[in-house]
Amino acid sequence: MPDGLTLNKIIAQKGISIGEAARRVADLGWTPTYVQEAMTFPTDYKITKAPKDPMKQVLRSYFPMQEEKDNRVYGALDAALRGDMFRNVEPRWVEWMKLFLAIIPFPEISAARSMAMVGRLAPGDDLRTGFTMQMVDEFRHSTIQMNLKKWYMENYIDPAGFDITEAAFGKCYATSIGRQFGEAFVTGDAITAANVYLTVVAETAFTNTLFVAMPSEAARNGDYALPTVFLSVQSDESRHIGNGHSLLMSILKEPDNHQLLERDLKYAFWQNHAIVDAAIGTIIEYGTTNRDKNKESYAELWHRWIFEDYYRTYMLPLEKYGIKIHHDDVHEAFDRIVKKNYVHKVAQFFSAGWWANFWRIEAMTERDFEWFEHKYPGWYDEFGAWWENYAKLSKPGNPPITFVDTGYVYPHRCWSNLVPCLIREDIVVDEVDGEIYTYGHEVDRWTHKVAFQGEYQGRPTPAMGRFSGHREWESMYHGWDLADAIKDMGFVRSDGKTLIAQPHLSFDEKDMWTLDHVRGYEIKSPLITLRGMTPEQRDAHIADYKKGFKVHKI
Amino acid sequence: MTAHVEAPEVKSGAAGAKKFPGWDSRKYNYYEPKGRKATHYEDMTVDVQPDPERYLLQNWIISFADGTPTYSKKWTKLQSSDWHKFRAPDQEWERTHYQRQSTIEGMIKNVVDNARKQGAPTRFDPRWVKILQDHLGAYKHAEYGLGKAIMHAQRYGYTQMINNAILTNSSYKLRFSQDLTLYLSEIGMDLQVFDATAGKTHWMEDPIWQGTREATETIMGADDYLEQYFAANVVFEPMVGELFRSGFIMQMAAAQNDFSTPAVVSAAEADYEQNLANTVELFHLLADDPEHGEANRTVMEGWLEKHGALCVKAANQLQPLWSQPRVKVAQFTDAFAAASNRVKAICEEIGIKVPDATSAS
Repeated sequence: MPDGLTLNKIIAQKGISIGEAARRVADLGWTPTYVQEAMTFPTDYKITKAPKDPMKQVLRSYFPMQEEKDNRVYGALDAALRGDMFRNVEPRWVEWMKLFLAIIPFPEISAARSMAMVGRLAPGDDLRTGFTMQMVDEFRHSTIQMNLKKWYMENYIDPAGFDITEAAFGKCYATSIGRQFGEAFVTGDAITAANVYLTVVAETAFTNTLFVAMPSEAARNGDYALPTVFLSVQSDESRHIGNGHSLLMSILKEPDNHQLLERDLKYAFWQNHAIVDAAIGTIIEYGTTNRDKNKESYAELWHRWIFEDYYRTYMLPLEKYGIKIHHDDVHEAFDRIVKKNYVHKVAQFFSAGWWANFWRIEAMTERDFEWFEHKYPGWYDEFGAWWENYAKLSKPGNPPITFVDTGYVYPHRCWSNLVPCLIREDIVVDEVDGEIYTYGHEVDRWTHKVAFQGEYQGRPTPAMGRFSGHREWESMYHGWDLADAIKDMGFVRSDGKTLIAQPHLSFDEKDMWTLDHVRGYEIKSPLITLRGMTPEQRDAHIADYKKGFKVHKI
Repeated sequence: MTAHVEAPEVKSGAAGAKKFPGWDSRKYNYYEPKGRKATHYEDMTVDVQPDPERYLLQNWIISFADGTPTYSKKWTKLQSSDWHKFRAPDQEWERTHYQRQSTIEGMIKNVVDNARKQGAPTRFDPRWVKILQDHLGAYKHAEYGLGKAIMHAQRYGYTQMINNAILTNSSYKLRFSQDLTLYLSEIGMDLQVFDATAGKTHWMEDPIWQGTREATETIMGADDYLEQYFAANVVFEPMVGELFRSGFIMQMAAAQNDFSTPAVVSAAEADYEQNLANTVELFHLLADDPEHGEANRTVMEGWLEKHGALCVKAANQLQPLWSQPRVKVAQFTDAFAAASNRVKAICEEIGIKVPDATSAS
């Protein structure tokens, strides 16, 4: 065979170029003349310029590529079992997967649904293949994650919590934070939801911490399955980022859109920070047993992925189109992580309410303390006593830590992002439509009172969504006994009495808390309590709340 | 005397390493499987989209400006006493979907590559080449329009099971529209005279295709997602889609020296069988609903009448195509009769009456 001649070259035939194929596929669209499509998911944005497809991939190559990626994922899962992965996996880590994997399939499938919305709003058909691939990708992500969760359930030492996963998703105070994230992809103004919040912010910025940084930590804890699945998921995200950016460029063409875009970038960035950093920051920092001081902390990861990669190279260039970027919010978000201990306060809160969880949280130890102090100087002074108390109270027979006088004050909940108002000095109280609400930060107050309204800066915004439902979890169980609430949520093991949640990782039955151990304690809604106060009492209460607290050793 | 050696405690995170309450609870336990045992599809799908009737303690937490929640039962005229009952007979989740789609693409690639390598397109009857160029080229737009309509519909269903079945249907239609586009482009490269843009002109202007375009646009423009799903699979597919794909292209092609086009088009026939099974299962459940069955049947029969009339008109406008091939091995009347019978059979399965309009030209 002559040099350079290969079988592929021998059998290759003349074909059309990728660019030409994409052009012809885009030409499948036409402007209807008999019946017009209804704008069933409205937007206040105007889009006249057809977005271009940056990827120029057609479905003929997409499906085999995805099948190959799947084969690698499922092959790796088989290999992990053959290699006895679970013998060496860290239960501290896998327990947090009960929370994470209860949440994430819903935002994923919501993203699939949102492609219906942008697909109809975007003029032209160039980007339709991109939207189609994203729709099928998200279907992939949702079901591949359900599969991973089932796999953990079948093979990990303690399946309780995985077994009730989607029921738990509907009941838990922590998963409703994730639901705020997912519902925000598909509800309200279609461009706000499906373009700005989902693609421009969540996928372009925060999937890096979700799907890149977190898998690295999984691997450090003996979990090779999560990186296998999630890095495969992340490899689809570049397509979605391309879709989002292309549509964003069309939106930018209309000067009328700039005001709305500034509103939505502010809302979406801040809420993504509040929700994703709360969950993923906690899982990465507190779900790990690896305390290598050379690895990046969540704050360092955030600086790399969000500040340098997203803010500097994606957000800032939008200024040249005349878009006002809220630099102060980005800096404030970073300060909240580095200086105001946002992630540590979330972890503290998750452990304070451990009995309402459907996963276990074990106490931090001396080894953990040393690492935290190294990465976050001053950490021990603020959080050391808390975790020492937590360890001391971790065996049944003790009262739940929430009801012990440690100095900790059970927090109010933010009406916008549903994460509690943990940075005490930042809490804001305001009235909307005659009702009192609490917010974690001024931007959260603005989100509810200013952004999610039918008018924005004097301009009608009839398509904008509204916050609804019973957004404060505690109000659902106000006045309930702890044991009754846990039973009502179904967070009880198959013997009908042992709690799924445990404040430790002991697998000895004698160490496990039952309903009897938590009976006699009452849940109170901070919001109902606040609304029941006189204005003077309320002012005094909030002033006191803002002062914060100091946990003391018991 | 033997020394007592204490075995170190085995530290393992593996199933069965320790027994304690709940250690063996290794199945998703929050839903009733349809059969005796949960299928993998059910585990991947059921309850991922929650709702207040099933576990959603705090209800939907964002709404549209008019108060409509994230998912609403009001997005279709059909009602159900239990929206959660439906399971897709095709049992698709991501892995099976990619496997099937990828297999189809591989099959098409093999057929087309081999046909082109042998110079098959140059031996197609010239009149047939013109038919492929103008009319298969026009028809690909109908597939695309249905794919877009169904992609839109997958946002609205009240359960994950319904929405995922609609989503995969959309994926199949959009893939097939691209398959046709690329196939025609590629055989066009082997032919001395072939205009790849002619199909769109026929789609937009040729009277033969205006009925089909009107029927397609009516489905695209419907504002009830289940009307879109119903009209596409219960009415358009048998009356127009299968009529053209199977009753014309696949039956005629071999006699015009064309073995590759039927292979490409056959993928859509297989797609439809799968999508139809899902459709019939869903609409049968709704037609048979103990509380709302009668009202649902009335709504569906209304849709059948509306879209049936348009699709019968579309089918009749396609009739001249059967006269165009040089070798005439199939008759429009036979194809139309088969389509009518197909609609009847589907409606019988669902449990609704067929108006006369779909059975007479």
